[in-house]
Amino acid sequence: MCISCGCMANEPESEARAHVPAASVPAADRHWHQHADGSWHSHEHARLDHGHSHDQDAHGECGHDAGRGTGSGAAAQGPGGDRRVRIERDILAHNDAIAGRNRRLLERGSCLALNLVSSPGAGKTSLLCRTIRCIGDSFPVVVIEGDQQTSLDADRIRATGAPAWQINTGKGCHLDAAMVERALAQLDPPGQALVMIENVGNLVCPAAFDLGEDAKVVVLSVTEGDDKPLKYPDMFAAARLMLVNKIDLQPHCDFDPARALEYARRVNPGIDVISVSARDGTGFDAWLAWIDAQRRAKQAREAPEVIGHEAGQIGRRPVEAAALGPSPD
Amino acid sequence: MHEMSLALGILELLEDAAGREKATRVKAVWLELGALSAVEPDAIAFCFDAVTRGTVAEGARLMIEAIPGRGWCLQCMASTQIARRGDPCPRCGGYQMQVADGAQMRVREMEIES
Repeated sequence: MCISCGCMANEPESEARAHVPAASVPAADRHWHQHADGSWHSHEHARLDHGHSHDQDAHGECGHDAGRGTGSGAAAQGPGGDRRVRIERDILAHNDAIAGRNRRLLERGSCLALNLVSSPGAGKTSLLCRTIRCIGDSFPVVVIEGDQQTSLDADRIRATGAPAWQINTGKGCHLDAAMVERALAQLDPPGQALVMIENVGNLVCPAAFDLGEDAKVVVLSVTEGDDKPLKYPDMFAAARLMLVNKIDLQPHCDFDPARALEYARRVNPGIDVISVSARDGTGFDAWLAWIDAQRRAKQAREAPEVIGHEAGQIGRRPVEAAALGPSPD
Repeated sequence: MHEMSLALGILELLEDAAGREKATRVKAVWLELGALSAVEPDAIAFCFDAVTRGTVAEGARLMIEAIPGRGWCLQCMASTQIARRGDPCPRCGGYQMQVADGAQMRVREMEIES
């Protein structure tokens, strides 16, 4: 029986196992049913009218063919001239197409792009400022900053000498690929640049959005607690590297780095981890070496194609890329 | 509230397809949402109602097929059902699990009037 409306009273036992009321739906008369075959549907009815049943006839009324992968045609004619049309596309197809454009643009310039994600206050901007100062003139760095409001972060980045573009998402809780495409057009990163994207401080929403980056880097500060990877698994599952920041504060916090790593690897067995302090520079050698390894790997992958396009010799591996070492692929 | 962006993504796909099919109205939509995807059915329903107002999909019934999560245990070298990310392998109790299915968020089908 549904704990919200009790309408499962009329339903077969097999269907009464999972009825999720849409508590957050203001219409309140829309709710969800999971059927015996695992499919869900929602429908609306008057608040006091809960006498409907979910036998086969009522189910047919939904126009609802619950099986997966039924039919391969684009459309099927139903009663009354209604048609069923297959779509079969990811909800994020539009975002992912733009992310693909961003990725190809960055590949053409052999630019490495990292998408920094964390909860607010984990120290992403401080980390970026010190990273840019450490890199100095070794190679170009450009920064895309995402915040709901203000250009405070971009101002801090520009004070280091690196070009920065501030995106204000307004009420938005994450950056999407279209925002980054516009920012890249403005920044026009030079070849071989490191493109750092500081996402909106939010440990949930940015996980789902591909921006065209090479890797997501999740920043977890010791003041947040070592159980964050289990509480917010999607973000740690999406990241290639976890930076444990503010490690200089560890003696003052009940934070166990080994536990944080264990939890992160429960949701992502392959995640790398480096402990750093953006304040005193602890761990920056390892962080900069990680960036360098990513850049070299990407250039070793991309350079043959870039050179090949220019010289009309697709597939030939240039000497300088080969000298960087074998490709991880 | 990234579900608002996801709902807009759904609407975009529906409007594209409805335009191609010369549909006057989208009456129903079928989604596949994986148990390990980054979306809550309640939240997507709320946002879908909000973003479809005044569009070809206003009032469309939303039906969601929940795709169970499946993991691949690197220790057992076997596929197994998992309810959440971070859950252990039910065979060996280990955490060397890679997601094999259940992360998808797809628009499968729509019913239209034309």
